Amino acid sequence: MLLIHCPYCGEARAELEFRAAGDAHIDRPANIAAISDEEFAEYFFLRDNPKGLIYERWRHIHGCGRFFNAVRDTVSDKFVMTYKAGQPKPDLSPAPGAAPALPADSRPVETYEATEGRAE
Amino acid sequence: MADPIAIAARRPVLAPHASGAARAALSAAGPAARLSLRAKPDAVGALSAALGLDLPTAPKHAARNGARHALWLGPDEWLVIDEDEADLMAALSSAGALHSAVDVSHRNAGILVTGAEAATVINSGCPLDLSLTAFPVGACARTVLSKSEVVVYRTAEDAFRVECWRSFAPYVLAVLAEAAAEA
Ligand SMILES: [Zn+2]
Repeated sequence: MLLIHCPYCGEARAELEFRAAGDAHIDRPANIAAISDEEFAEYFFLRDNPKGLIYERWRHIHGCGRFFNAVRDTVSDKFVMTYKAGQPKPDLSPAPGAAPALPADSRPVETYEATEGRAE
Repeated sequence: MADPIAIAARRPVLAPHASGAARAALSAAGPAARLSLRAKPDAVGALSAALGLDLPTAPKHAARNGARHALWLGPDEWLVIDEDEADLMAALSSAGALHSAVDVSHRNAGILVTGAEAATVINSGCPLDLSLTAFPVGACARTVLSKSEVVVYRTAEDAFRVECWRSFAPYVLAVLAEAAAEA
C-alpha cells in the first residue's frame, strides 16, 4: 500500500484514506464569461496527461478532510512530494547535477515499501 | 492418519458474536452528546473557554476535561464528545466567536475496544499506526476501518473508543468482533 504524506496531518498515512482530485494549479480564467468555447474547453476539460511528473490535487478525505497538492510520477506512482493547497507550484525541473529545490515545510516522501513484491 | 473429523472442525457462523475472547473485548459506549465543531484559529480561544477545555490544534491530539473530550479531526474541525450528555450547543451559544456547531449526538455510535490486543483488533481493518509511540494515550484520528470511516481515540494503553456513523455500527461491530474472536 502507498503511504502518502499529508501536509496538514504532518505524517504519512495509508493511501486508503485519500482520494485523487485531478490536476492541480488549474487557474480559472478571470474573464470566464468573455472567453470562447474553445478556450473554455481548454481550461475545463483538457489535461496534459504527462508521462513522468504530474502536479495533482489530493484530498485526505478519510483523515483531516483537507485538499492538498502532490507531485507524483505517473510511471512509478511514486509521490515525490506533497504541499499545502495555495502554495506555489514547486519547480522540480532537474537542473544538471543538482537536486530539485523543495519548499521548506515539505519533504520528499518515500512511498515504496521495500518489501513490496514485483508482479510477474 | 490424522483424524478427518478434527481436521474438519468448524466454527459456528455466529461464533464471533458469542465468543468471550480474553485478550480483546468489545462493548457499546453509552449515550453521549456529540458536536461536529468547525472554526477558524482566531475563535479557538473563545470556544475553548466556553467548552471548558483547550481545543487541540495539533494533529491527532485530543483534550479532555472529565467526561468531555475534544478530538482534533482537521485543522479547523473537532469532534466534541460529552459522556454525561451535557448540552454542548448551549455551552457554545454564548461563546461569542464565529463557529459552526452541529449536534451529531445520534449520528454516531461508539464502540469500546479494550484488552491487551485492542490495537491488533482495530488494525485488522485499519491502516493507522497504533503503536504507543505513533499513537499514544489521548491520540485520535479519523481513518478507515475496513469499508467504513471511523474515528479512533486511544483512551488508555489498552483501550480505544471507535466512533462510526450509526448505520455503519452493525458492520463495524461485526468486523471488530471477528478480529476479537481471533485475538
Ligand atoms: Zn491529513
